[in-house]
Amino acid sequence: MSVRPTTLARASVLAIAALALAACGGGETADSPNDAATGADTAADEGNDGLSGQIAIDGSSTVTPLVEPAAELFMNENSGVRVSVATSGTGGGFEKFCNGEIDIAMASRPIKDEEIEACADAGIEYDEVNVANDGLAVVVNPENDWATCLSVDELSAAWTRDSAVSTWSEINAEFPDEELEFYGPGSDSGTFDFFTEEVNGEGGVIRTDYNNIGEDDNAAIIGVSGTLGAMAFIPLSYVVEAGDQVKTVEIENEAGECVAPTEETVMAGDYNPLGRQLYVYPSAEALTRPETVAFLEFFIDNGDEIAEAATMIPLTQEQKDESLAKVAELAGR
Amino acid sequence: MRTARRNTVAVDAARQVTLSQLDGSGRGGKWKGKVFSAVLVACIVIAVATLAAVLLHSFVKGFPRIDLNLIRNMPSSLDRTTSGMQSAIFGTIYVMVGVAVTVVPLGVSAAIYLEEFADKNRWYVRFIELNIQNLAAVPSIVFGILGLAFIARGPLSLGFVAYAGSLTLSLLVLPTIILTTREAIRAVPSSIRQASMALGATQWRTIWKQVLPSSVPGIATGTILSLSRAIGETAPLLLVGATVFVTYNPDGFFSGAFTTLPTQIFSWATRPQDEFRILAAAGIIVLMAVLLAMNSFAIWIRNKFTTEW
Repeated sequence: MSVRPTTLARASVLAIAALALAACGGGETADSPNDAATGADTAADEGNDGLSGQIAIDGSSTVTPLVEPAAELFMNENSGVRVSVATSGTGGGFEKFCNGEIDIAMASRPIKDEEIEACADAGIEYDEVNVANDGLAVVVNPENDWATCLSVDELSAAWTRDSAVSTWSEINAEFPDEELEFYGPGSDSGTFDFFTEEVNGEGGVIRTDYNNIGEDDNAAIIGVSGTLGAMAFIPLSYVVEAGDQVKTVEIENEAGECVAPTEETVMAGDYNPLGRQLYVYPSAEALTRPETVAFLEFFIDNGDEIAEAATMIPLTQEQKDESLAKVAELAGR
Repeated sequence: MRTARRNTVAVDAARQVTLSQLDGSGRGGKWKGKVFSAVLVACIVIAVATLAAVLLHSFVKGFPRIDLNLIRNMPSSLDRTTSGMQSAIFGTIYVMVGVAVTVVPLGVSAAIYLEEFADKNRWYVRFIELNIQNLAAVPSIVFGILGLAFIARGPLSLGFVAYAGSLTLSLLVLPTIILTTREAIRAVPSSIRQASMALGATQWRTIWKQVLPSSVPGIATGTILSLSRAIGETAPLLLVGATVFVTYNPDGFFSGAFTTLPTQIFSWATRPQDEFRILAAAGIIVLMAVLLAMNSFAIWIRNKFTTEW
């Protein structure tokens, strides 16, 4: 037998040494003056306003592409502040927000009654701050030449719970007898809530046999571009990016006009009821810290640039003023 | 050494004999054998081809972004062509170091107890064994929910930090390491234990000086399997607070927001912009490199301590 008594001891020492090395390596690099990664304490006097601290943001995956560039631009100017963005979905974000675990919740729909209750129980004060406009688009395959304009009733007939509609001709007798295939996000997504509420009349009501793509809006584009009879609802920002892989459908608005989902129609409010606002919910507690106030003001003031980076639709000046006033009011309390 | 060579010769001879009997030429079953081996080869080809396709796709797509920026820079959604993933690399290292230092002592101790000390006729020992086997089949998201309720919040209340992720993943891979370590301990010939005892060593000294050193290769294999599974997990980490956008490395195991490579890859892969998808592919290559580095270390340990009986 060739095992010496010290073998195990040596193995342990080697393993521990390697782990320690890895851990130390991490520590050293974390302190290196790399980008915005400077330590929060030391960087307090480097930032132009001397701001420092941490801002924890969580919530909708639809708002994430907007908050990421906002955080990045803000940290470029305020290297002492560390912003982290997580994506638990609008519902998941509010759950953490009302538990006092995060500073700002991202939401692609207004807060719900039970979430308001949860926040009230925990004594969390907050306000709803509009940060961008977004549209929800109904998309079909580019080869689909019949679906040009759909009404909310037609959409509801196809998408509502227990709907028996399985071909396009059942939505409208003028449409061909092409098999329908449905794609949509999962129930934790703000896009899902928004669509079911506006189209089917009640949040969460939807046929159960649609292809649930979870939080991955891009999967719908892949699905629709591959099937002639497919239909999906997705955030408008994804349509702009998808280009001609899918075709958007005009929606008959409340005034009875067919309106295409574009930046202009959403900003003007013509694209209803599927145009929407994206929100962040800061807590009053978080706004007692100057860095959070500075971040939100920066976010709204630079909204045009940020929205462009996220391929979303910026706020109008009126909306901006309203949002800034809300931040100021909540912070002043 | 001579025993080993004799063993090899014996195994080869046995294989020849078996093969000649399995030939089936006497019973007209020759074609059956051929079909069977064709099916087996097809299985291997499918498995390897799938893996190769995934790797090839990632390499072709991610190759243009394999540069120093990946390691040097932090994630960026504005400068997508120079965006890095330093925070994710360090997050992964922090989480995995946490997993390794937690799960190896815990799993090995549990295995030693179950193999060397526990009375297998007791109902609670059998109950524990049954549970360990069942735990190995629990979906990872369930461990995520457990981690959120008991580790990030609740009794431990660590918050959304790297070690909360480590602990959650440790629970996830604990059954694997216990099962493989038990196999390794069982493979140590009982003559070794008896010889040690006969020379007057206590049970503890026998385990520490003889059984454990001989099982190091098996334990290393178990560790490779466990860590390889843990490093690729996303869902449980999302629940215990792994973020998708941080531009700084974790402050330590117990403070600061963290992200990991799979989380970052997941986030990028679901974005519509092509630059993000290329980044995701590059991230997969980096993840593979980290995994290979980690496993080579374990394999090196295994080879260093492999013994022949």
